[in-house]
Amino acid sequence: MSLKAFHIVFIIFSTLLALGTGAWCVWVNLVEGAPIYLTGAIASFAAAIALIVYGIWFYRKMKRLRIIT
Amino acid sequence: MEIPYTISTRPDTGLWNAKVGIWLFLASEVMLFGGLFSAYIFLRIDAAPGMWPHGLLNVPVGTMNTAILILSSVTVVLAWASLKMRRYRAYWWYMLATILCGVIFLTVKLAYEWPQKFEHFGAYIKPEALGKYEKYLGNERRTEKGLEPRIEITGHLHSQNAKEYEVALDPVNAEPDNPAMDRPHFFPLPVTDKIATIEKEDVERATMFLPTHSAYFASYFTITGLHGMHVLGGVLVFIYMWLPVSKRLYQRNPEHLANRVEVSGLFWHFVDLIWIFVFPLFYLL
Repeated sequence: MSLKAFHIVFIIFSTLLALGTGAWCVWVNLVEGAPIYLTGAIASFAAAIALIVYGIWFYRKMKRLRIIT
Repeated sequence: MEIPYTISTRPDTGLWNAKVGIWLFLASEVMLFGGLFSAYIFLRIDAAPGMWPHGLLNVPVGTMNTAILILSSVTVVLAWASLKMRRYRAYWWYMLATILCGVIFLTVKLAYEWPQKFEHFGAYIKPEALGKYEKYLGNERRTEKGLEPRIEITGHLHSQNAKEYEVALDPVNAEPDNPAMDRPHFFPLPVTDKIATIEKEDVERATMFLPTHSAYFASYFTITGLHGMHVLGGVLVFIYMWLPVSKRLYQRNPEHLANRVEVSGLFWHFVDLIWIFVFPLFYLL
């Protein structure tokens, strides 16, 4: 597996982590009622979206530059 | 001696040598970390209800360190792509960013997170003496609510003599009857000014938050320590590839340097992937 492929796998796992952290923050907010965790949830979901956008950009760029091994 | 297949692929494997080598090495790393993660999971499953420490780590700081490692994976892959496009200047900057991310991660871990644990103290009270420390444990109310009893008093060790510990209490022991203290706090609360005196003869065991404290901290320090050593190794390799010595290799054979960056980048991604599992296991769950 090339670095490019492994990077895409890594970004997928990072996205899942961001989504999981967001869900965890929502859960803690529901249990504790602390708004700071809601901020954390929003930040985590935003990070997940950013990672998805980055992953797509990276894949297209590598394909365009033909850096695919 | 000239090492063959540093750029061209071997006819039998279809890969250049270093790539075969790094994947064999990473396979052994999977077994190493896999064994440690398995040990952690089984220790946790086997722990008595309410006995596994929770909420002792600083989640915001851990989140920041996670973001730094993810960013470093982005910069290292961009460094490699820059070399493939023969843009050495861009490679140099991306590699510098990767090194800085690794250094920041290690600094936060070794100069902030770990020392915070080293100066924290916990005393496990003997079952027959729990009643004596009820004002710090709040177990009557907890029993009424169906919660597991507290058996540990934590805080900063103020002083000690042959017979007693004096502990500046954590909020959980300073206000044990406050319902807010029934839940773990992922944003750490500062130690209070309230001092408790604990007689040593009432203590089953007492220790700072070191690997000797509990199976939780033994697992935490083992796994994060081993991971930190891998981060340090990666940073040292990146520094070598960032120094002028690598520029000479680039001028002689740019593809050779690109391949070296690719295998070290694969190692770095693996190390970062390990952290993707460490963070939720230790900090959140």
